[in-house]
Amino acid sequence: MSATALPHGRAPLLDRKRRAWIKAAVTYIVLSVGALLFLTPLFWQITTSLKTSADTMKYPPVWIPSPPQFQNYAELFERFPIALYTLNSVFVTTMVIIGTVLSSSLAAYGFARLRMPGRDVIFLILLSTLLLPGVVLIIPQFVLFQRLQWINTYNPLIVPSFFGSAFSIFLLRQFFLTIPRELEDAARIDGAGFLRIYAQIVMPLAWPAIIAVALYTFLGAWNNFLGPLIYLSDSEKYTLPVALRYLQGSMRTRPEQHLLMAAATLSMIPCVVTFFLAQRWFMQGQVFTGVKG
Amino acid sequence: MTANALTQSSTRARRRWRLTLQRREAIACALFIAPAVFGFLAFSALPLLASAYLSMTDYSLAGVPNFVGLANYQSLFSDRFFWQAVRVTLTYAIVIVPAWIVSSLALALIMNQNLRGMAAFRTVYYLPAVLSGVGVVMLWIWIFNYRSGLLNIGLGFLGIQGPNWLRDRNWALFSIMLMSLWSVGWYLPIWLSGLQGIPTELYEAAEVDGAGTWARLWHITLPMLSPIMLYNLVINILFATQLFTEPLMMTGGGPDLATLSYVLYMYNNAFSYLKVGHASAMSWLLFLVSLVVTALIFKLSPLWVHFEAERRGER
Repeated sequence: MSATALPHGRAPLLDRKRRAWIKAAVTYIVLSVGALLFLTPLFWQITTSLKTSADTMKYPPVWIPSPPQFQNYAELFERFPIALYTLNSVFVTTMVIIGTVLSSSLAAYGFARLRMPGRDVIFLILLSTLLLPGVVLIIPQFVLFQRLQWINTYNPLIVPSFFGSAFSIFLLRQFFLTIPRELEDAARIDGAGFLRIYAQIVMPLAWPAIIAVALYTFLGAWNNFLGPLIYLSDSEKYTLPVALRYLQGSMRTRPEQHLLMAAATLSMIPCVVTFFLAQRWFMQGQVFTGVKG
Repeated sequence: MTANALTQSSTRARRRWRLTLQRREAIACALFIAPAVFGFLAFSALPLLASAYLSMTDYSLAGVPNFVGLANYQSLFSDRFFWQAVRVTLTYAIVIVPAWIVSSLALALIMNQNLRGMAAFRTVYYLPAVLSGVGVVMLWIWIFNYRSGLLNIGLGFLGIQGPNWLRDRNWALFSIMLMSLWSVGWYLPIWLSGLQGIPTELYEAAEVDGAGTWARLWHITLPMLSPIMLYNLVINILFATQLFTEPLMMTGGGPDLATLSYVLYMYNNAFSYLKVGHASAMSWLLFLVSLVVTALIFKLSPLWVHFEAERRGER
């Protein structure tokens, strides 16, 4: 009996099993090699931050510093006011998150739930700013804030966030639309005002979207470089990104890579920690806004 | 008669009651959205108009702006640095936008399998994307270091002598592109959610019809993902045209202007040369061009985007 005489489908079934197995193996190999490539820079950064100055220049390279020079981090804090810069960053970032969540959720509730003539047109106009390259506004905004005497203060970094962000409004509105109306209707029959419905019914239900907005705002504000670069001139007001840039610049003659990498690592720790704590919401948030709706 | 009048007046009263309810709702709506509308006017619309005006003045951040007509635009068009900046940003965008889209989609297609451990891979690839900013740029300056950088050490193991990445004008812009690819994971969740939204019946039907892997990719997966493709295309172009931090920190626009991006030159004009008029003309031009490009993309999208895919893909 030859193979062709076998009942149809049996040979392909075996074949399919084997092919699935090969496919899985290839998948794992490709993804693992890629993952290695993606993680090596971070590994390199952290190990460099724990090397002695001499070890950073050695060839072949020192992969694992022994002993790890944890005092590099202490040296960084001693020689530069890193603690101050971190506090500045924490302050600005916190204010921006509060402002964005508050103002954007209010607007999003209005756009999602309250009827008003012309409301949807206004929403579309607001939304269109998402397609505007942000850098286009940098110069006129600078002139505006200069007129307001806001240069060298945190106001240009913080105040606009209290007046909504198109992206956050959009994300929150999309989420509010998915909340069943019945709850609000019941509350209205009980005589609750719109502000109370917003604060006591809608907001508590919308926390996944609020977390996503807070996360994106955190990333944007923590990593904001151009804003502090043009608005802050006193070095004691610097946030971390601008401070890092000056650190890099001041070491141009004799780069101390171990200290630079320690500083870079410090600036990334909050992002990494937040990411691991809230990975789910990061990815979900993108999906909320992504394309649905 | 009286009964009729009674019902009439009661409907009128009810209508008035409804009107006031409606009006109350409208007032509430206006109050809720007022801060955002004010923010839009004060921090987007007004600055945009102001920059149109400033682009026609000789403002230098001090003193009074004098009207100079289109002189700034004229001098920009005959400025070779301006055209170099256009070229750099255009080159960057033309390479990096397809590179981001193709590599993130390929990754998503590979990961979209019912295999153990995919979540861990997703985490690994996504992680660099949340680490944007100056710290990342510092890391890559170090990686690109000619003698002791990771990249040339790695190439050295393969017996290749790498170039002086950031100091070589043939390699500097490429180095920035290479670094930009590190954050490609940012687009993974969108692709993956799109892939999961494709109804499996479509694939089953195709399989019955004898469609192979590539046919299924070409005729089902890609069309179903086309709305996401459109979104990613627009967002990525927007992103790419704003290249600034990397050249500012890594190369200062050099060597030989090889990485002088549009926004970097705009920034230099405004804050180093104090030519706010020039810089405003540049921002207004960028605004117009991105408006035209976006409009064009949306206008052409019916040719290749299957908008019905979006509706069908929804749960």
